[in-house]
Amino acid sequence: MIQIENLSKNYGDVQAVDSISFSLNESEIVGFLGANGAGKSTTLKMITGYLSPSNGNVHVGDKNIIDNCIDIQKMIGYLPELNPLYAEMKVHEYLKFHASIREITGNKFNEALKRVVKECSLQGVVHRTIGNCSKGYKQRIGLAAAMIHDPKILILDEPVTGLDPNQIVEIRSLIKKLGREKLVLMSSHILQEIQATVDRIIIIDKGKIVADGTSEELISSAQGVKQLHLEIKNAEEGSIQDMKATIPQVNIKSIKKDENRFNIDLEYKSGTDPREDIFKHAVSQSWVITEMRVSEKNLEDIFRNLTNTSDEGAPNE
Amino acid sequence: MNNIKSIFKKELHSFFTSPMAYIFLVVFALINGYFFNIQFFLINESDLRVLFGIVPLVYLFFIPAISMGLISREKSLGTIEIISTMPILERDIVIGKYLAGFVLILLGLCSTLIHYLTLCYVGTSIDHGAVFTGYIGLALLGGVYTAVSLFASSLTDNQVIAFIIGIAIVLMFFMMDKLLFFMPSSMSGIVQFLSTDFHLSNMSRGVLDTRNLIYFGSVIGFFLSITTRILESRKWS
Repeated sequence: MIQIENLSKNYGDVQAVDSISFSLNESEIVGFLGANGAGKSTTLKMITGYLSPSNGNVHVGDKNIIDNCIDIQKMIGYLPELNPLYAEMKVHEYLKFHASIREITGNKFNEALKRVVKECSLQGVVHRTIGNCSKGYKQRIGLAAAMIHDPKILILDEPVTGLDPNQIVEIRSLIKKLGREKLVLMSSHILQEIQATVDRIIIIDKGKIVADGTSEELISSAQGVKQLHLEIKNAEEGSIQDMKATIPQVNIKSIKKDENRFNIDLEYKSGTDPREDIFKHAVSQSWVITEMRVSEKNLEDIFRNLTNTSDEGAPNE
Repeated sequence: MNNIKSIFKKELHSFFTSPMAYIFLVVFALINGYFFNIQFFLINESDLRVLFGIVPLVYLFFIPAISMGLISREKSLGTIEIISTMPILERDIVIGKYLAGFVLILLGLCSTLIHYLTLCYVGTSIDHGAVFTGYIGLALLGGVYTAVSLFASSLTDNQVIAFIIGIAIVLMFFMMDKLLFFMPSSMSGIVQFLSTDFHLSNMSRGVLDTRNLIYFGSVIGFFLSITTRILESRKWS
């Protein structure tokens, strides 16, 4: 339904989005995941016609965003980041404003209003001023406005940011329900959020797509690798680095010193089992192993690996 | 057309849900009324020229003040992203907002009609035609100032800055023909033609010349079209 080809955006010298391509199909919920500043919002803004691409194009059906911006905007419902609203308007006035631009008036508007009020559970606040509504309601008002014309495509930029856990669960189930008949593209920098809601994850980092698939696919693609956590005493950092020479199949990801203990994270290919070698090596170096634990990689590790966040979990070269 | 109407209604609605429109209308009427009445009975002439001298001065501050938020506020709130991603041309957004500001000014201008009633009551041999063309002139002048202030509002997300830029440009148009003295003589003709006061004074004397109408129309058109370009330029930021 949406084809994105070689989409790029430069802000001056900064390349926010760097030639990304992907396509999205009808009735799927796609999560757009990336660290802050990875280029998620910029991409969404180009799809919705708020920004023009520096290069590349967005195709929706047989239309493209450069030549048929208005036609595409008619098909899309968009909830921008931080959900800006006109605080002085009443909820029904705000929805009416959206509807009138979408040429939904009279009886058709009343039906549409009924539908979005029900879907977004706005029953109690329809006649209230938006500025007096709680944050959770505001978020749902923004969503209701994006859905008033029953669009085929919903684009939600960080739809759950700033909500409390109960509200997050509500919005999440609403998005899941919408995804049965619409294409929903939502962005987030919170992995758990995406994992809980979407069918397919696209991970973007520094303006490039680094992964694309269901969460199971992403996990299994990384499943060739196992992680091993080791805690040892009586060792020196230099001699730990030497371990790589003796046991070539392990990869040292990080070494942390904690008083006289070392916490070491290793990775190795599944199918090999270096634990015996590590034990023998430790004996030969007279280290004391206080802990040795193997774990599978989860999505969070994959995300951190792919987006290369430079915190303590980063590879230690 | 439908989109222009939607934007127009939204803006007018937001003027009247805040105290802004009411304060503007009341204070505008009071200031005009005060300055008109203290001079009108002194001069002892049966026309509204006094009023036609005061209103442009009051416009100078009031129009930038009511128009300053039309676009800059959308920018600071972030709602510009909502209206820009609706299926609506930037041109229609600009025209809708412009018309809302203009209608508010016209309402203010209508409040001065009470002085016309005073004139009818106390005056003799009134030139109703001059009053009519004078009012057309004031309406068009309000249109020019609104277009300029809307343009100023599109330049920034800060309403105070929009207000100051608006006043600066409006003042420039207002002062132009008063500074002719300092201009080289070769330029004075052009500068005089560009000034709003030159065209307004023709109309308040009862002359309805197409040149004056074309002048007002083209200045309004010019500022609305560059405002549209500025809104469109966000795409290539």
